[in-house]
Amino acid sequence: MLDVRGLRKVYEGSGRRVEAVRDLSLTVEAGELVCLVGPSGCGKTTLLKCVGGLLTATAGEVLLEGRRVTGPPPGMAFVFQEYGRSLFPWLRVGANVELPLKQKGLAGARRRELVADALESVGLADAAGAYPWQLSGGMQQRVAIARALAYEPRVLLMDEPFAAVDAQTRADLEDLVRGLWRERGMTILFVTHDIDEAVYLGERVVVLSASPTVVREQLKVDLPASRDQLHTRVAPRFAELRTHVYEQIQAAKRGAPARVTASDRPPPH
Amino acid sequence: MNAALGAAGLAAFLALGEAVPRLGLVKEAYFPPTSRIAVALGDEVRDGAFWSALGDTLTGWALGLVIAVAAGITAGVVVSVVPYLRAATASTIEFLRPIPSVALIPLAVLLHGTGLRSVLLLVVYAAFWQVLVQTLYGIQDVDPVADETARSYGLGTWARIRHVLWPTALPYVMTGVRLAASVALILAVTAELVIGAPGLGARIAVAQTSQAVPEMYALIVVTGLLGLLVNVGARTVERRALAWHQSVRGEVAV
Repeated sequence: MLDVRGLRKVYEGSGRRVEAVRDLSLTVEAGELVCLVGPSGCGKTTLLKCVGGLLTATAGEVLLEGRRVTGPPPGMAFVFQEYGRSLFPWLRVGANVELPLKQKGLAGARRRELVADALESVGLADAAGAYPWQLSGGMQQRVAIARALAYEPRVLLMDEPFAAVDAQTRADLEDLVRGLWRERGMTILFVTHDIDEAVYLGERVVVLSASPTVVREQLKVDLPASRDQLHTRVAPRFAELRTHVYEQIQAAKRGAPARVTASDRPPPH
Repeated sequence: MNAALGAAGLAAFLALGEAVPRLGLVKEAYFPPTSRIAVALGDEVRDGAFWSALGDTLTGWALGLVIAVAAGITAGVVVSVVPYLRAATASTIEFLRPIPSVALIPLAVLLHGTGLRSVLLLVVYAAFWQVLVQTLYGIQDVDPVADETARSYGLGTWARIRHVLWPTALPYVMTGVRLAASVALILAVTAELVIGAPGLGARIAVAQTSQAVPEMYALIVVTGLLGLLVNVGARTVERRALAWHQSVRGEVAV
């Protein structure tokens, strides 16, 4: 579905040269929910923007369904961390969700149907007439998610979408994303710096190294498909996995070499 | 409360204007009391020539403003969107902008004589920079996250101009238009006064040379009222068009 091959991104400007991503390869299967987690300041966002076609890679390539990504591809939607800036304050919620659909050239009736359905599935069916700034932070991010859903992407890219909301809202939104993923069968690539969130949400967790970023480890999350905040987070297996990821991140921060890369095997029970 | 205070202040000002000449503190011939100015104003309003002068002034003002706004916005968008153009034009704009429009009066007369075109030249020159500079600032204010969002949903250059850049710049453009509207009025009256193009300004000059001092003041009052109306009108339009903007929406319960 999604193939990142030898991706490298170097920022150059004002005499400074920063290598954010170095030779990173990663594959995401159709219908998978993969969480990317890494130490803060590693090139997570850069990586995701390269995947989404918002940044041009210095070397390497990104393939979406076998086709090379050169600009934002039509089958992909992006959810940003800064929901307040990503939603347009001059448009009402409904119009915000509808705008990309207009750009797609969909007919009015179909657009209305998609907007209503998307808002319904994030629990904001009656907020269409409000302005984004009249809503709370969590609700605004729900609108941004609804906008992405209505676009009917095959791949959903989420860049630390819940980093700016409070812990309770965050738990709700995590369950929302997981629910939507199971319901709609999209492929989701979810970037976070929160280890618990990565393990709780993902079917697979990709641990990134410190910048310049490479894949440090890939870890299958063998928790049951049906998860909930109460029980999953206290399950012994959850604790093992999060401890393992935490150790990896700490090691990444110290710059210690990874023991095994791309093991794709969870640590033993 | 504020409205009452404002009315009281205005009343006091008018009373002062009545009292000072009556008490002989200033020469009544040069500074007639409020009541005589009011009488002169009443006479003006009944005179057809006054209304045609008012019409001339408003025509010059409105036409000039429309041209300046259209040109200012277009130039602002083009300069901002075309790569490198902003940097290439910045110093030229900074040089041309502070040139007072009145300094162009001789040029205007040379080119167009004393007609409407001279007025337009001065009005457009003065108003254009206000709109252009505000448009440039406004477009600079485009949020990179909003722009990236639009790009990620496949909005092309034109769609981004229409759906992201324009709404972001609109509050600035509105400010520019409001400033331009006031400046345009000043320049329209100035041009008439100095060049003698038909309008309120020319009528003020005629009143002055024929020693009709109260009439002159009455006409000055009219130009002041026009300025007030222009400003109030522009603010009303601004509030309606920018109901979503922080400066207008005020506090929001979240």
